[in-house]
Amino acid sequence: MDFRFSEEQDELRQQARAFLDRRLPAAALGQMADSEPGWDPSTWQEIAELGWLGVSTAEELGGAGLGYLEEAILIEEFGRRLYSGPYLASVGLALPAIPQGQLGELAMGRVRWSLCDSETLRLVPNLMDVDQVVVVERDQVYSVPAAGQPLTSIDATRRMGRLELGPDRELLATGAEAAELALRLRRRKLSALALEAVGLAQQVLEWGVEHARAREQFEKKIGSYQAVSHPLVNSFVEIELARSLAYWAAWLLAGGHEDQLAAPAAYAAAAEAAVNTCERVIQVHGGMGFTWDSPLHRYYKRSLWIQHFGGPPDLHRTQVARQLMLSSEAGPPASQSAPGLRTIARTTR
Amino acid sequence: MELQDTAEEAEYRARLRAWIAEHLPQELVGLGTRTGRLPLLRQWSRALSDAGYVGLTWPAEYGGGGGRYALEGIILEELARADAPQHLGTIGLGMAGPTIMVHGTGEQKAAHLQRILQAEEIWCQGFSEPGAGSDLASVRTRAELRGDVFLVNGQKVWSSYAHLADWCILVTLSDPDAARYRGLTYLLVDMHSPGVEVRPLRQMTGDADFNEIFFTDVEVPAANVLGEVGGGWQVAMTTLLHERATLGFALTGLLDSGIRRLLALAAANRDAAEPWLAQIAHEWIQLQALKLTAHRSLGQLDRTGMPGPEGSVIKLAWSESSQRMTKLARQLLGETAVLDDGIWNYQQLRSRGNTIEAGTSEILRNIVAERVLQLPRSR
Ligand SMILES: Cc1cc2nc3c(=O)[nH]c(=O)nc-3n(C[C@H](O)[C@H](O)[C@H](O)COP(=O)(O)OP(=O)(O)OC[C@H]3O[C@@H](n4cnc5c(N)ncnc54)[C@H](O)[C@@H]3O)c2cc1C
Repeated sequence: MDFRFSEEQDELRQQARAFLDRRLPAAALGQMADSEPGWDPSTWQEIAELGWLGVSTAEELGGAGLGYLEEAILIEEFGRRLYSGPYLASVGLALPAIPQGQLGELAMGRVRWSLCDSETLRLVPNLMDVDQVVVVERDQVYSVPAAGQPLTSIDATRRMGRLELGPDRELLATGAEAAELALRLRRRKLSALALEAVGLAQQVLEWGVEHARAREQFEKKIGSYQAVSHPLVNSFVEIELARSLAYWAAWLLAGGHEDQLAAPAAYAAAAEAAVNTCERVIQVHGGMGFTWDSPLHRYYKRSLWIQHFGGPPDLHRTQVARQLMLSSEAGPPASQSAPGLRTIARTTR
Repeated sequence: MELQDTAEEAEYRARLRAWIAEHLPQELVGLGTRTGRLPLLRQWSRALSDAGYVGLTWPAEYGGGGGRYALEGIILEELARADAPQHLGTIGLGMAGPTIMVHGTGEQKAAHLQRILQAEEIWCQGFSEPGAGSDLASVRTRAELRGDVFLVNGQKVWSSYAHLADWCILVTLSDPDAARYRGLTYLLVDMHSPGVEVRPLRQMTGDADFNEIFFTDVEVPAANVLGEVGGGWQVAMTTLLHERATLGFALTGLLDSGIRRLLALAAANRDAAEPWLAQIAHEWIQLQALKLTAHRSLGQLDRTGMPGPEGSVIKLAWSESSQRMTKLARQLLGETAVLDDGIWNYQQLRSRGNTIEAGTSEILRNIVAERVLQLPRSR
């Protein structure tokens, strides 16, 4: 086992951070979110030039020939800055379904994508910002041009729309192939949401710690009060555990490993860590944390969006439990079948 | 990043699994951290040592495996998988040994390290006192230099393994007039010395695995000071860092066998389990997260040779998981939860100690707040 990212991967993370600091400083976040179209489309071309839209696309198709682990790093870092362009939509959600022939166009920044896996409501993130939408139905997966109604998302940095299906569609998979693709898309979605949640939670925790170090009340830094510091520690613990799970799920996906448990596990843990962290850090900021001017509500809203866009965490957990109870690895060691009752007190007392 | 066994690791795991199946006595399965079945437990601990399955993290120059943390992780995972009991030498291997490596003289290393590895010396930790628990710096057990021996008088408490131990790592007060943290001296004490008296303390589980130790005019050669006279605080900190670091894998191993038992219980009681499925999965997920995080924190150990404070994170989250897991299991037992099953009701009680031993959860949160998050001190 080796949990370290490579030097190149660490560099990519640094690059992403530098890009976001330069192009999307935290101070500008609110203004951007409250304006139209809610993001800066000029960043898309830059992201394409940096090669970040073709990370996992083969070199001969115009990509970098890397993999999902590198994309995972970018998704996490974009989450940290609540990037509101359709990066998660295109790379995190739709990419595995995009036909090979169109990956080059995505990599060059010419065509943007999103995903519709909501059959009844047809809710699509960034619908108004993308060109194509991958539609997942029970027995087929196809793509359609993006068209429909904008809706008001709880998160202004992640706008939503309701897809309207026109006659123009390209079939991508049917039957067993569609079912397999749908499963892959689902795992990827949960994994990507987990990474985004870890990125945003980490940023919020850092702000919470910064404030607790600086703010004084009763002639002491508030961070010296355990009622302030211990909840921040709880967030640190939750985020570190969720981070391990998110990297694990990403690694499994990147390597094409068969696994149905890691992605929902990571998602459930990370989504809740993010919501909890936002709530604790809002509290640590006092009145300031409750204002529109603070970036905290933006992060809080994203965390709430994540927590439901991937489906309620407890529902995923319930499914994980059902699978665990079926699998043999979960069984007890041979010597220890389900504990039988011992009706007499043990003799050593 | 490579989150699966390498070919070498997989082979090591397979060989070890077969070895455990062949050597682990049935009577010891499920003993956990209890110290019953003593002769068998001694034999088992020695067998592990003889087979080369202890001290993998120790440097090769001291007879160890050369810092092979990944293999140590595999050993602890496989032992847990088989529900094997904890090695009797755990305090020597995880705390006393590593501290002697860092602060010991050549003679001290020669006298103890090999014997700890070979399970010939069992160690206990004499830190806590009736008046000094979380606040270790306020220990009152006196050590007075008389010629070339320290005369030790005082009382330690909650000392695990002391009833079996040959040696003790003892934090004493050698200079009551010195400033806080400066008057402490760390001694290596032969538990067979005249004047050492061990009285077992019975825990809420009914077991007696920890003890009081009374020291009455115990003579400890000055050559047994570990580190400097008055430098005991720094030495004790080394011990505590190692306590929490090496604990990580052992703890997740214990939790692993608990979770497997919980899942089996749920599978056997589907109806009773139905309302608790989300919580059951939550504990399984938490366990995976802890295991992965233990591996992730190896990066730090590899780079510096010293565990980082991340160990505190694992201990903290583990102890709370352990308590939640037991409560869940008792929900699944239904009515029969009022009868002693020897497993879950034992665990329900034992797990209360998990948030107290090796640093209470409150103290661990203070440590993470101050050392990791760099928040201002609470005291
Ligand atoms: C099973 C078990 C095995 C043990 N084995 C050993 C051993 O082998 N060797 C050994 O030396 N000791 C051992 N201990 C002792 C253990 O390390 C101590 O019990 C522990 O450090 C707490 O000390 P205390 O019991 O004096 O409680 P106290 O320190 O009195 O704490 C009481 C309560 O106050 C809280 N508290 C104290 N200070 C603070 C603070 N600054 N901020 C917030 N809360 C605070 C604590 O968290 C706790 O809840 C063992 C304990 C157990 C339960």
